[in-house]
Amino acid sequence: MQPTAHAFPENARAALADARLRKALGTMKSGFQGNRAAAIARMPEWEELREEGRRIKDHVLAHLDVYLERFEARVVANGGHVHWARTAAEAREAVLAICRQAGARSVTKGKSMVTEEIGLTPFLEQHGLQTVETDLGEYIIQLRREPPSHIIAPAVHLTRDQVAESFRRAHGGLDPGRPLEEARDLTDEARAVLRRKFLEADVGITGANFLVAETGSTVIVTNEGNGDLTQSLPRVHVVVASLEKVVPTLEDVSTILRLLARSATGQEFTSYTTFSTGPRRPGDPDGPEEFHVVLVDNGRSALLGTESQEVLRCIRCSACINHCPIYAAVGGHAYGWIVPGPIGAALTPGLLGLEEARHLPNASTFCGRCEAVCPMKIPLPKIMRHWREKEHAAALSPTSYRYGLGAWAWLARRPSLYRTGAALAARLLGRLGRDRGRLVRLPFADGWTDWRDLPAPEGKTFFQLYAEGRRPNSPGDVR
Amino acid sequence: MTDPRSQILGAIRRSLRRSPRDAEAEETVRHRLDHHPRNLIPARTAVGPDGLVELFVAQATAVAATVERLSSPEEIPDAVLRFLAGHNLRPAARVAPAAVLDAVPWERTPTLDVTRGAASADDLTSVTPALAGIAETGTLMLVSGPETPTGLNFLPDNHIVVLRRDQVVATYEDGWDRLRAAGAMPRTVNFITGPSRTADIEQQIQLGAHGPRRLHILLLDVQEG
Ligand code: SF4
Repeated sequence: MQPTAHAFPENARAALADARLRKALGTMKSGFQGNRAAAIARMPEWEELREEGRRIKDHVLAHLDVYLERFEARVVANGGHVHWARTAAEAREAVLAICRQAGARSVTKGKSMVTEEIGLTPFLEQHGLQTVETDLGEYIIQLRREPPSHIIAPAVHLTRDQVAESFRRAHGGLDPGRPLEEARDLTDEARAVLRRKFLEADVGITGANFLVAETGSTVIVTNEGNGDLTQSLPRVHVVVASLEKVVPTLEDVSTILRLLARSATGQEFTSYTTFSTGPRRPGDPDGPEEFHVVLVDNGRSALLGTESQEVLRCIRCSACINHCPIYAAVGGHAYGWIVPGPIGAALTPGLLGLEEARHLPNASTFCGRCEAVCPMKIPLPKIMRHWREKEHAAALSPTSYRYGLGAWAWLARRPSLYRTGAALAARLLGRLGRDRGRLVRLPFADGWTDWRDLPAPEGKTFFQLYAEGRRPNSPGDVR
Repeated sequence: MTDPRSQILGAIRRSLRRSPRDAEAEETVRHRLDHHPRNLIPARTAVGPDGLVELFVAQATAVAATVERLSSPEEIPDAVLRFLAGHNLRPAARVAPAAVLDAVPWERTPTLDVTRGAASADDLTSVTPALAGIAETGTLMLVSGPETPTGLNFLPDNHIVVLRRDQVVATYEDGWDRLRAAGAMPRTVNFITGPSRTADIEQQIQLGAHGPRRLHILLLDVQEG
């Protein structure tokens, strides 16, 4: 996908004005947060499990080269193939070469963030392969030619009637008068249409939630079962996975799986968790004859050993996104790249560069909920702050902001001047907002006042009130 | 040394400030993989063998699977028939070519049309064995093999799984131990927890997105042999 992260402010403005998006995001938030909280309440060991998850992944990252070599050796011993790709382009080429070798014409795909990252589906389509996304949400956005807006609920920004519109347009041969009002109708129609695609496909492509070094297995986690039909019916199964997905043992995966579903959807366990180890065995009546794993670096190795290395512990559960007030306001597309929300803000500058993604680490209120809910204990606010400092140091932040901050710093180091200035400003703003107690427009701060009112100061500073022996009004006070 | 593999491994080692053949790192990894130590096991499964069966049933039911308890394999054909009739479904089933299901007296229920083998696109109902039932989350553990083709778990609308009581274990880790005891890792291991579902349209849960709409478990109160 072509990133538009550099346009975050404009994207966010457009999102805030989109009434349909507001409606769709409204239903999303309450569901995810409530379900997660209930699941965690049923798991008294939650905090210890988080700590173990963190430990496992830190251990892997510290030995990543050795674990990848062991994983590769096991895949090969099981009769599979491993392809290493430094960049998105190399990964796309590797997958295309496998498809060509197999004489493939049609491809089915499970949901995978890394294939979105490398732009695999449009690339295969350009090269003449019919490529169908099979996760219901991914299928919907593929029909609409949109990027995903959420990492586990890619079509969460859409309403039912928008989905129905897309199905009527795409599924031409069906009765135009058929009912498509309910989610059930839509799900059944997609099931019937996609079933044919599954049965026709020559190659099935999935991502991997985990790679197991002990056994050379790849692991996918889905609720729909689309990933399983994708990988078990075609003659060739291709797994595309980024380097940091490797974990040591089956025991270690089990621990992290206890964290994943509860954090993502609030389920105790996802409907289907599937371990794939090599191609079909002699005597197996079904399963793919070829098994390929494409290992994608695309910037990960360079993040190791840096201040943002901890983003590589992420298991893409989406808890941070589901608890983020900024995401809840603007949705996923505004972030302009595959992974939105706090993890997007922490990860994207590292993978795309600060030039492209410099706005994202600013898209935060630093409320800290993302870190509090992250099952892998990733210090997301700290990493965002790190990128903000880098942005400032690289002089990428806007001039007004830099001068403003410089002026404030100069004043703050001169207390008496600072107090005089603050008293003056408080009096001025207090007078401006005297009638309503709030300011609906403020020069130089329309970024704030366009979307909400600024409560007007009372006309005196905290220091002045304190010196008078009065406590400042608490918010509940009646004026 | 310019192939992608060496470049990626080289880049990782540079970032980690480590040399290519680091004996200590290799030993650490080898030890962990050979011993695969367990991590924390949630206490909810410390309930004894009967408690585990109860927990398994409660958890499976909570995720919209249905469970019927039988006292002998002879009851399986009638139970399958009852399940299908209860949902107004055609009395036909594709049964996994597994030895444990050979012993079931299918011929005594002639109204049930039984075929054996891998799933075809038209099969509406399958019957398969499982390797284990995991009480912790009501999860079934199924493995692929000559007797148990994976397609049976996903293609039909209705999946009926036969599980013996002594196959119910506490945790995923216990399942892995059973699998290791049985030999090598099969091509596919499926952990199945309830029927297929999606919430991709307006966050409303719908069962039967792509995989089975119904998951029915026949729990046999018998021991192996
Ligand atoms: S950063 Fe943490 S909470 Fe966010 S998606 Fe990754 S693992 Fe989940």
